[in-house]
Amino acid sequence: MSRTVRPRFDILVVGGGPAGMAAATRAGEHGQKVGIIDDNATLGGQIWRGESEAGSAASRWGERLRSSGAMVLCGRVFHQPEPRILLAENDDGLQELHYEKLILATGARERFLPFPGWTLPNVMGAGGLQAMVKCGLPVRGKRVVVAGTGPLLLAVAAYLRKHGAEIPIISEQASWMSLARFSVMLFAQPSKIVQGLQLKRQLAGTRFCAKSWPVAASGRATVETVTISRSRRMETIPCDYLACGFHLVPNIELPLLLGCQIHDGCVKVDDFQRTTVADIFCAGEPTGIGGVELALVEGEVAGLAAAGRIAEASSLFGKRERLRRFARSLDRTFRLRSELRSLSLPETIVCRCEDVRYSRLREHSGWRAAKLQTRCGMGPCQARICGPATQFLFRWNPDSVRPPIFPVRVESMAGVAGDANLELCETTGGR
Amino acid sequence: MLSQLALTVNGAPTVVPSGTTVAVAMAIAAQTCRTSVSGEPRGPLCGMGICFECRVAINGKPHCLGCRVLCEPGMDVRTNE
Repeated sequence: MSRTVRPRFDILVVGGGPAGMAAATRAGEHGQKVGIIDDNATLGGQIWRGESEAGSAASRWGERLRSSGAMVLCGRVFHQPEPRILLAENDDGLQELHYEKLILATGARERFLPFPGWTLPNVMGAGGLQAMVKCGLPVRGKRVVVAGTGPLLLAVAAYLRKHGAEIPIISEQASWMSLARFSVMLFAQPSKIVQGLQLKRQLAGTRFCAKSWPVAASGRATVETVTISRSRRMETIPCDYLACGFHLVPNIELPLLLGCQIHDGCVKVDDFQRTTVADIFCAGEPTGIGGVELALVEGEVAGLAAAGRIAEASSLFGKRERLRRFARSLDRTFRLRSELRSLSLPETIVCRCEDVRYSRLREHSGWRAAKLQTRCGMGPCQARICGPATQFLFRWNPDSVRPPIFPVRVESMAGVAGDANLELCETTGGR
Repeated sequence: MLSQLALTVNGAPTVVPSGTTVAVAMAIAAQTCRTSVSGEPRGPLCGMGICFECRVAINGKPHCLGCRVLCEPGMDVRTNE
């Protein structure tokens, strides 16, 4: 397997979604030698996946990034063998990335909560099913129940409908009261109103239930029905897919590995998007879930600040603060209600990698003990799915990461095998 | 762009549009991706390379994430190897 040592970058950006693209662009436009690495084949992150419409924000930023001279790399960062060096793996081999300054724009993932039947095939994340459709999954004529919480549900339902799916219900756990407060707040965000009205038009006639959540999915080989609780009544709905996600959680594994301080599950940053580690910046969802506009502004601030353009970075603070108010209202509106803690039955699987059931986990007092005794969180996803779930269910705090932060080929670790911190036994994982 | 390509999924010939990921080809072929440690069939969950539920063997190489690999003509995709 090949090992490529890249010439040192002034600024390296990890993550090629909106925040990373904006950061790399603004830094590159000021003459910095910039690299941007992402583990997807194309930039744009999850939100802009497959979007190339002329004139869209995605294509505008893509064009601007290309002209900025930033070098685009493909690979998944999994380890920091020594300060200012990161290792990344892709199909072609291993890359060694040296940098002066680092900008982390690692994005977010969906939060999943366990309930009976959630491990059945065709029960997917809301964003998960959308990603599959963007990658070619036909949903024309399929019945898709959309459930969980967060603004993503509406966007996904509209997208699926546009692709021919039938949406019998959108089930949102937030109450009408908090959704109403949220929509009042939107009046301060003109661009969000426009998006909201578009969604409303696209979803005309679709049934939307607030204070409602899935309690069980069932089926023989794949999901066939979903039972939804609404106003304490149960309703069982036949479907081909359940698209179910409970808002988003920041991807903080790499910031944690690098020693960045975390507050309330998010990377702590100052006005210039600097983390608590010197020369490491962070932008976008890892600093708090706030959506694409906020991610772009934070990315711009981080890129400019890392390039030493302090005045230009400061000029964006006002815009960023307005968008952060929106982010805070997202947190309030889509906070998980406590009833969701009782969705798991004793036999419900919580850790899907190791098939660890709820009854085995609730015997333990904390994350570390549960992990050691049950192998919860020790499979290939390295607690990315069950970590946020157990955090909500048991108020545990999955607080530490170890390299490699993603499973990698054994050959990729061979070059750094002298490092005693490596958990090589975890790298291939399961079947 | 809309051309088709042929691959095999657990030995069965499957035709998909080019640009389709392996995880989607599995769904088109009505196959689940892996069997869990307690014997449950599993399919993709996150769609973005994080949950590892869609891992399959591609051309003999185990533990590939189906949602991140594009189908290629003649590809041999197998579950649980």
